Amino acid sequence: MDPGRFTRVDPTTWRVEPQGAMRVPAIIYADEQLIRDMDDKVYEQAVNVATLPGIVQASYAMPDAHWGYGFPIGGVAAFDADQGGVVSAGGVGFDISCGVRTMLTGLTVAQITPVQKALAESLFRQIPAGVGSTGAITLDTAEMNAMLAGGARWAVERGWGEARDLERIEESGCMEGARPEYVSDRAKERQRREMGTLGSGNHYLEVQAVAEIFDAAVAGAFGLAQDDVVVTIHCGSRGLGHQIGSEFLREMVSAAKDAHIELPDRELACAPINSEVGQRYLGAMRAAINCALANREILGHYARRVFAHFFPDCSLKLLFDVSHNTCKVEPHVVDGKPRNLFVHRKGATRAFGPGHPGLPAALRTVGQPVLIGGSMGTGSYVLVGEATSEQKAFSSACHGAGRALSRHAALKQWSGRTIVDDLAAQGILVRSPSMRGVAEEAPGAYKDVSAVVVAAERAGLARRVARLRPLICIKG
Amino acid sequence: MMRSGLSAGSRARWEHFPHDADVGVRGFGATAEEAFEQAARALTAVVTHAAVEPKVAVEIRCEAPDLELLFVEWLNCIIYEMAVRQMLFSRFAVKIEDGRRLTATLWGEPVDVARHAPACEPKGATYTALKVGVDGSGTWSAGCIIDV
Repeated sequence: MDPGRFTRVDPTTWRVEPQGAMRVPAIIYADEQLIRDMDDKVYEQAVNVATLPGIVQASYAMPDAHWGYGFPIGGVAAFDADQGGVVSAGGVGFDISCGVRTMLTGLTVAQITPVQKALAESLFRQIPAGVGSTGAITLDTAEMNAMLAGGARWAVERGWGEARDLERIEESGCMEGARPEYVSDRAKERQRREMGTLGSGNHYLEVQAVAEIFDAAVAGAFGLAQDDVVVTIHCGSRGLGHQIGSEFLREMVSAAKDAHIELPDRELACAPINSEVGQRYLGAMRAAINCALANREILGHYARRVFAHFFPDCSLKLLFDVSHNTCKVEPHVVDGKPRNLFVHRKGATRAFGPGHPGLPAALRTVGQPVLIGGSMGTGSYVLVGEATSEQKAFSSACHGAGRALSRHAALKQWSGRTIVDDLAAQGILVRSPSMRGVAEEAPGAYKDVSAVVVAAERAGLARRVARLRPLICIKG
Repeated sequence: MMRSGLSAGSRARWEHFPHDADVGVRGFGATAEEAFEQAARALTAVVTHAAVEPKVAVEIRCEAPDLELLFVEWLNCIIYEMAVRQMLFSRFAVKIEDGRRLTATLWGEPVDVARHAPACEPKGATYTALKVGVDGSGTWSAGCIIDV
């Protein structure tokens, strides 16, 4: 993308002034090189979002933004229901509440190394991953509804998790306002046997080592020290969320028309928040958030079981669990006035800074852990929310590296087997049912996650605390 | 009513096209039905390059206000059947009425993880890069991005 298309506000803030149908500016937080590497579609999509009714302040894009569906992936937009604001199924995305959790093991690299291979094999066997994998849990109608209403709390009550985890999950593990009755039978059918499954694509479970500490004080508060080992899980609401996304996208194309909303792109399909469809979507989407929270809690439980086999005294403690694809009602101050806004984050992480009342007591003084997934070769980051992020982007930050190459291009360039062998030589054990899947997720197909998190830090969205390098990667 | 194309005609082919994070599928054929069938083959190829035996038949029907939205519905119906039946499909027979109602038979087999080595799971068909149309030479094409 040509940086010349923007007004450069500062080295990490790039602005498109309102023009044509835009109601607010579009603002991208990134450095110049990241802007240059972004697809022109990011500009187009960020501008399109700025045309939607009831949008407040600006249409934002994070440093990892890339071409998405209607909204850019890495897009953040807030809407005011009282000003005709909308909720958009495309603005949340298909994998509702896809997110990342990181669990502290209390172990060090030296303890993992002797059992690394056996641990990798055991995790690969115990964590259902990829197409055609089956979870050990089948939900009947009553349990499905209980799960959709209860989220991670439901999982804990059923014995698939620990009560102490809940305060370390957004919404304390249970999204309020979920309406299981608004979730279609087809969506529920798709989920019936998928609880406790990882999925595929860019979803993974990794055992990681703390490779570098940037902020010793915050790292200490998070329980992270050099060479500590953590487990990180990236996955979402599985088939249920995908089905809800597809169904409401279709319905919102008509709903937008009925509400006389001009859509520059059908994928921006949306409905007024204060409408029957809008409310029904919010109820179903919140149920899908609970599905994702429950799913990650169950996967965390499976990881605990495997670790307990190798290390009987080890107890995995949840650092935090973040969601990337959501629309949440949050209080924000705009032009000096407090307002309740419907904040869409599509491929973006909520990032509360220090002192935020939404954080549990143990984290309130330092800020929220912001977990950034990188590629399987290069590693991941733990960031902490900055107070400045509230004014910059409604307390939001980036979510990952973002792809540099399409799956198509990756497949042409790399072989899965070679990647597995090369990473093994670097001490990273990759286990996946599909070598083609590994090739499509090749480390080289992703942007440099370091550049993304540095840009997020310079832009005042979130600050680096630690870098994690993978030891074991289970890919779907 | 347009005729369905059970056997692949000379215009019948499919392709993938790139998207930043995901993948596009596009089918071509002498009729809209044939283009839809070919795009379905492209959808299966997102998941596996291995052979899929047409052992089991599944009937589906769907409708939408126009042909492009019907195309997305069609792919989403296949994605649904793939997910709940844990199957892959390799043969398709599509009938479209009034450009809005579709009935089809899919033939395929249960996923065999070792043999099919499925690379990724389609989450849903999107309206991004969605286009169904016929060119000057009478060749139909139908394509969109699949979120995987």
